[in-house]
Amino acid sequence: MQTLVAYVENKPGVLNRVSSLARRLAINIDSLTVGPTENEEIARMTIVAHTDERGAHRLEASLEKLVDVLLAENISGRALLERDLALIKVSADQQNRPHLMELIKVFRARVVDVAPESLIIEVSGAVDKIDGLLEVLRPFGVLEMARTGRISMTRGGDLLRPPVPESTASELESTNSGVK
Amino acid sequence: MKLTGAEILCESLTRLGVREIFGYPGGAILPVYDALGKSKLHHVLVRHEQGATHMADGYARASGGIGVAMATSGPGATNMVTGIATAMLDSSPVVCITGQVSSKVLGSDAFQEIDITGITMPITKHNVVVTHAEDIARTVREAFLIANSGRPGPVLVDITKDAQQASAEFNWESSAPKLPPKRQRPNHDQAEFDRAVELLNTAKRPLILAGHGIMVSGAMRAFEQFVRTGNYPVAMTLLGIGCFPANDPLNLGMMGMHGEAWVNNAIQEADLLIAVGMRFDDRVTGDLRTYAKGARKIHIEIDRAEINKNVKVDAALVGDAREVLEKLMPHIQTRDHSTWIGHIAELKGDSAVRDIQTLPDSGHLYAAHVINDLWKETRGEAIVVTDVGQHQMWEAQYYHHNRPRTLITSGGLGTMGFALPAAIGAKFAKPDSEVWAVVGDGGFQMTMSELATIVQEKINIKIAIINNGYLGMVRQWQEFFYDKRYVATPLVAPDFAALANAFGIRGERITARAEVIPTIRAARESAETVLIDFRVEQEDSVYPMVAAGASLHDMIRRPNNPLVETASEP
Repeated sequence: MQTLVAYVENKPGVLNRVSSLARRLAINIDSLTVGPTENEEIARMTIVAHTDERGAHRLEASLEKLVDVLLAENISGRALLERDLALIKVSADQQNRPHLMELIKVFRARVVDVAPESLIIEVSGAVDKIDGLLEVLRPFGVLEMARTGRISMTRGGDLLRPPVPESTASELESTNSGVK
Repeated sequence: MKLTGAEILCESLTRLGVREIFGYPGGAILPVYDALGKSKLHHVLVRHEQGATHMADGYARASGGIGVAMATSGPGATNMVTGIATAMLDSSPVVCITGQVSSKVLGSDAFQEIDITGITMPITKHNVVVTHAEDIARTVREAFLIANSGRPGPVLVDITKDAQQASAEFNWESSAPKLPPKRQRPNHDQAEFDRAVELLNTAKRPLILAGHGIMVSGAMRAFEQFVRTGNYPVAMTLLGIGCFPANDPLNLGMMGMHGEAWVNNAIQEADLLIAVGMRFDDRVTGDLRTYAKGARKIHIEIDRAEINKNVKVDAALVGDAREVLEKLMPHIQTRDHSTWIGHIAELKGDSAVRDIQTLPDSGHLYAAHVINDLWKETRGEAIVVTDVGQHQMWEAQYYHHNRPRTLITSGGLGTMGFALPAAIGAKFAKPDSEVWAVVGDGGFQMTMSELATIVQEKINIKIAIINNGYLGMVRQWQEFFYDKRYVATPLVAPDFAALANAFGIRGERITARAEVIPTIRAARESAETVLIDFRVEQEDSVYPMVAAGASLHDMIRRPNNPLVETASEP
């Protein structure tokens, strides 16, 4: 499993270009999250892909060839902070509810919705933690679940910032008058 | 200045240096055609939109500039798909402009509406839909910038009809390209560069693999200096042909599936491969597990995604071929590789005795004769545009190109039907050059409707049909690998000379070797297009051949009778 971060133009069709590229390279995407950055014109993606280092290099380099991709980087193997968020609707009656609440406390999860027959639990953290909670909730009956997919960030001073616009590209302009 | 979107498009294309547009009109692009009529742009009416894209492609490859193709929405746009993919696979800068239904009905399955940007996403370098007149100038300028920068490729601009009709302020200065910022990566670190220099200066059996990228970057002079200084023998990819003179003693010829036997053997025996602007396509490597096992590899390549894609390399120098070669030059030591070069000459000697050109005339007409005679008669100076198949490989083997951009051929996609329209495009790019379309009887029948375009445009090209009555390369595979079961390869064709006459073009039919040169001479003297139907040996095959998936040194050689193998001295 390889983790890539990409900064892309925040506009229609870009997600399609990115996912279509992975499809063309026959790389299965495990999760892909996308959201705006502090600059609303730029979105940040975290792509978790089923591939090896060589596949990740190809994906990274091919992504950077897309006009709408500002930067793509394979951050696998670097010191990372990874977060996933899940909403889990689990069946809960009067009898097992106290037991459930204990588990929720242990996993530092939260109850965000209470109904007579069920609870919705919100949990965030590393993927392992959510998988772990899910495992212990299963016997109670998981009715529904939604997960955001992973977002990742390199730790500390290892910065991954979007490139800033250059003044103008017009001096590079291609015309047919200056044919090679 | 207030202009309609259609007028802005024509004005922008004119300012970008466009002279010809290859296209076909229709409902959703009609406003542009109306504006075209009032502009200085010359529109070439094609007979099928695939032809328009191949013409734009041929124009781009012959000139080094950008070819422009135009079509209407729906079927007009989908007919361009093969031509766009052809340009994509061979990194050819083509800009396609398509009309689109009005933005108000987008997504409603309106008449002749199709999602052409969705369809062409994986076969364009970039594509974009324009729905506002004020965005047209900037978008077209961006399309030109993208198409011919870095590793070139096709760009499609889909313009809705309402954007063509609406009026907007036209200001060239304020509509400069505004592309998203890109992270600037360092091309390679010093250690990688030093490792490459070390390999270059210590190799005993170095060999250069020269590709299309040398031409694209305009690196011919730097490359020649590099070759001479290092005294490196050079092998060519199909698309690399012309980037280094064929008559140079250091030029060995073409590598790969139908490469010269000595070239493939030299690759397998080399201790250093220097790949410049090529991508280790499966047609040049054969089985990767046995490919150049004894060689270290240096890869000079502008596209980072190509590094270690097929072949793992020891030093990757990412960047424009000319820049990298110029940076390497001061570090290259001149070394004597005469033992190695002498050894390659010995490998060559084995093939030279088999050359068809040295054999007595058996009365048979072979394609190799035709192409070799064409080379001699044109002194190797014509622009030759080939189709795909056996004749394409014979051209690469028997027509010796000394100048860049004189062999134009569909390499990556292998698109039949490419030659005739691409030759028309090449002629527009180089009106003073002699242009020959060399094409098989199968491929010719795919796009022969463009003969009418030739007549309408009154252009002068020469067409050599290598007519063997088969889909020759497929037949060859059936002969070798399917026990001669010729399924769907015998091919009925019209009388091509009579067909040419019906279009108002002079047509000739040649069946004997003695007629070849006089007919080529007469065709060259004519100021009009001439088509020659060469009826060649029906079941001849291209040798040597590396079977798909076989090792590069494991070549099928020509059987003893008749003895035919390439080795004609340029």
